[in-house]
Amino acid sequence: MDLILFLITAVIAITGAVAMLVSRNAVHSALFLLLNFAAISVMYLLLSAPFLFAIQLTVYAGAIMVLFLFVVMLLGAEKVEDAPDRIAWQQPLALLLGLALLVVSVVVGLGGATTPPPAGEALAQFSDPRSLGALLFTDYLLPFEVTGFILLIAVVGVVVLNQRGRKI
Amino acid sequence: MVPTSYYVLLSAILFTIGVLGVLLRRNAIVVFMSVELMLNAANLALVAFARERLAVEAQVLVFFVITVAAAEVAVGLALLVSIFRTKRTADVDEVSTLKG
Repeated sequence: MDLILFLITAVIAITGAVAMLVSRNAVHSALFLLLNFAAISVMYLLLSAPFLFAIQLTVYAGAIMVLFLFVVMLLGAEKVEDAPDRIAWQQPLALLLGLALLVVSVVVGLGGATTPPPAGEALAQFSDPRSLGALLFTDYLLPFEVTGFILLIAVVGVVVLNQRGRKI
Repeated sequence: MVPTSYYVLLSAILFTIGVLGVLLRRNAIVVFMSVELMLNAANLALVAFARERLAVEAQVLVFFVITVAAAEVAVGLALLVSIFRTKRTADVDEVSTLKG
């Protein structure tokens, strides 16, 4: 049952990614990427990480994709690639190197010894958002606060970068 | 239970698609989306390994990656908007002022 769900979700995720890569319109690319993010969030649920499932949906599929779609439509940059590529040898080389990367990462990723997936009481405790929250506010309290600071810097940076009538 | 290696395989495929997007596409916004795809592939592998080792710390790490990615997207898109305002294009080949 789990395997069937995994296979369906994996097919959806790969389809979304490939469609994002090949579609000529940037709005379509963004929507296909949204499909991919939704599929990955289902993967998190299958991996017994329900908190990350919620975070993935709200932050990635919600906030980030809205930002992408907003900028694409604001700039009117849906189709900027109508002119022919000026670096003609780039495409075949990129395909070749991409294939090499895939082979290497699959070999390295599958090379290690695999233990059978755990189950039972330990897994139930692992998937509980409470254990993640406790860890976040005890051992990882300083990184958590630094992250808040990074978000503040991002907000200030966006405002500064988009000020009108000022040279940067 | 699905073996961890299946997730790693899927993560590798998604990461490669992201790399190909960065290398092949010239629309700066689509290149940026491909970077996000790569981040997601890495997150997926992290969560898969976290389940194998039952390490909640890895989930905390993924949480931080997602948060920093949100900040990164905000700043990156602001940069794209200001590039578009001065250059009138989102084609990465056109932005070559620093070329020697």
